[in-house]
Amino acid sequence: MTMARTVSSRRSFLGHSYNLVGVVASLVILAWTLVAIFAPYIIPHPIGDIVDDDYFGPMRQGLWLGSDYLGRDMLSRVLMGARYTVGISLAAVCIACFSGVVLGMIAAVTGGWIDTCLSRFLDAMNSIPSKLFGLVVVAAVGSSIPVLILTLAVIYIPGAYRFARALAVNINTMDFMTVARVRGENTFYLIGSEILPNIIRPVLADFGLRFVFIVLLLSGLSFLGLGLQPPLADWGALVRENIGGLPFAAPAVIVPSLAIASLTISVNLLIDNLPQKIRDRDA
Amino acid sequence: MTNLVEVRNLRIEATTDAGRLVEIIKGVSLDIGDGEIVALIGESGSGKTTVALSLMGHARPGCRITGGEINVNGKNMAALPEKERARLRGTDIAYVPQSAAAAFNPSSTVMEQVIEVTRIHGLMPPEQARKRAIELFRALSLPDPEGIGARYPHQVSGGQLQRLAAAMALIGDPKLVIFDEPTTALDVTTQIDVLKAFKSVMKAGGIAGVYVSHDLAVVAQIADRIVVLKGGEVQETGTTAEILSAARHPYTRELLAAFEPKPRGAQADADAAAKPLLRVDNLTAGYGAVRADGLPLIRAVHSVSLVVQKGRNLGVIGESGCGKSTLARVIAGIHPAAAGEIVFDGRELERAARKRSQDQLREMQIVFQYADTALNPAKPVEDIISRPLAFYHGLDRHARSKRVDELLDMVRLPRALRYRHPSELSGGQKQRVNFARALAADPKLIICDEITSALDTVVASAVIELLKELQSELGLSYIFISHDLSVVEAICDEIMVMYNGERVEQITPDKLKAPTHPYSKLLFSSVPKLDPTWLDGLVRDPELVSQYGHR
Repeated sequence: MTMARTVSSRRSFLGHSYNLVGVVASLVILAWTLVAIFAPYIIPHPIGDIVDDDYFGPMRQGLWLGSDYLGRDMLSRVLMGARYTVGISLAAVCIACFSGVVLGMIAAVTGGWIDTCLSRFLDAMNSIPSKLFGLVVVAAVGSSIPVLILTLAVIYIPGAYRFARALAVNINTMDFMTVARVRGENTFYLIGSEILPNIIRPVLADFGLRFVFIVLLLSGLSFLGLGLQPPLADWGALVRENIGGLPFAAPAVIVPSLAIASLTISVNLLIDNLPQKIRDRDA
Repeated sequence: MTNLVEVRNLRIEATTDAGRLVEIIKGVSLDIGDGEIVALIGESGSGKTTVALSLMGHARPGCRITGGEINVNGKNMAALPEKERARLRGTDIAYVPQSAAAAFNPSSTVMEQVIEVTRIHGLMPPEQARKRAIELFRALSLPDPEGIGARYPHQVSGGQLQRLAAAMALIGDPKLVIFDEPTTALDVTTQIDVLKAFKSVMKAGGIAGVYVSHDLAVVAQIADRIVVLKGGEVQETGTTAEILSAARHPYTRELLAAFEPKPRGAQADADAAAKPLLRVDNLTAGYGAVRADGLPLIRAVHSVSLVVQKGRNLGVIGESGCGKSTLARVIAGIHPAAAGEIVFDGRELERAARKRSQDQLREMQIVFQYADTALNPAKPVEDIISRPLAFYHGLDRHARSKRVDELLDMVRLPRALRYRHPSELSGGQKQRVNFARALAADPKLIICDEITSALDTVVASAVIELLKELQSELGLSYIFISHDLSVVEAICDEIMVMYNGERVEQITPDKLKAPTHPYSKLLFSSVPKLDPTWLDGLVRDPELVSQYGHR
């Protein structure tokens, strides 16, 4: 009675179907993650050492990505830059999404004045332009990795809050929430066990998007000189310090730009092509 | 070609998300003569709506018509190009959807939407179309036929909206109208008006119809012939009288059997001095701002008193909007009462559930109408049922797992279902899981809010049987809220009739034939019977209808 012809370009694996774009995107992300973790062991030269006689040197054997404006090895600097870009962004996005989502769910479940106060306060935060906020904080307390992480996290909490609250408000009207309430459950059970599993997929997608925003903002801040301070450099800072190489088409300015693009585009593509759970059990 | 519609060996396939092809209609053939109304009847998932839609050459997303012929008025809808089909839709074939409320655009007037068909197909000038629409409104016995067109959809009642949807379908003078469960969402008292209107318009115009439904009693009133579908195949075809009196197929018999009244065996009345389990006195509740007298602006429940004895059941019946669901929520403490008292098991309860003790919450459970929203879609059945076990009884993992098995046995579900998610269960199975969760708390009283309304007749009667069995095993009491008299009759010892937030009458099932309150009379006489002549022979007191009917 059922016909077992397959007519789809999607493949399946472990009860999920996925497509090629998603796989390629996740491989790129995986590669950058591995680079970020193992960078100190794989860089050919220390990042501060001047190894080339010329500045903005071309790609050649030994200096695979050329040299920067001081004649330092570009490959080493990009690999180490991955560490800062990915690490700082990941830490910031974790803090932002965790706090935003938890607060958003609490606001949706409790309602009343807690919801009103939280929403108005975070709306006010949202109205401050992000670059300006970063500029003020860095000017006030100076630039260091913890300050950068916290600043970036604070900037993106209101967005995560709004997103999670909007999703949770819909779930909150379902009958199973009423059932759990008349059972006598407390707020933490309600948000953790009843709401979160229902919003986790969009929240994860939002996590990915917010990660991309943070990478771009961090690169932007570094480009303005407000990010990591020399000799450390993330990808944004690499673009900025080598901007002088643009007229010479130096790889030193193109490569970090490509690195930023490849990471952010891959995360975006992965979010759009997440594996889908197959609900058809007879397949 | 003699018949208006001739469907031959229709096959429709659907593609699942795993890319597998499933045949959902497996070679269906049927004929519809000119001016004949044919009912497609079957449980949900039997393919009745899919077949009805295919008459317009339409297959829902993911589905494809893969074989067979659909000849409507001499044209094969399956083979026509989409442009040709679009030309026929609205002029030759029209469709009346299940939920008119969802089918109307809330931001434009009813008239604009009714005559839209004539504009799209260029059938007649707008002035003439408006005149024709008003004629149809009159034929469908809508109140104020001249003025109703100027209203917006939210300004007319559900029954009126359903008739307006029919007017929209009829304005293009179709030869065939497809009705997709048009009265399922309506109250019995409203349903009668809608059915009568449909029937008279169809007969007057000699229009052929396809009537999709799972309610045999409704179908018996309007259809000339009945086609019984199951699993995408025709099980049985015959005239209405044949099917009702001499059904051959077991499934049809099952459908008919679900209508047989199965009155409760008289409960042992030995302990006549049974203690009241729940006593509600002068309960008032509502919505909106609280006024000076401490009562809310809009009162949904008005000074209702009731008593539920231990081990016995109370039915609450009334039309939608009469406050019966609010009453359930007030008793359960979800919506705190504004006035009145609730005494449960000898102790007075707080009005808000938040202030009640854990044991009080445990002993009174509520089961909701829609199992789809009452079960968390992200959790497997096992987790859903075992949460009350951990929360109220503090059972460890091993004991919980054992108890989940017992509970699944109790509600007659296979144990393997515990690993499934609610979306992988059928409607009846979901409602059983919903019920098992209430049982897991070890309650004394279960409030059932329309728990069978979303289920097919056959499935609903199985659930009712289950409830009865569990009651005798576990000594439960139920408050059974429903708009369906036959369901309440089957399970309850006493029946309370509500109208407009007030209790109008309380009677026992054996006195059902002789209600004393006029509203009860109207309500009880409006329940469709299997007899095909019932609707035509029905005479209702016009005074009653004008007083209590919402036309």
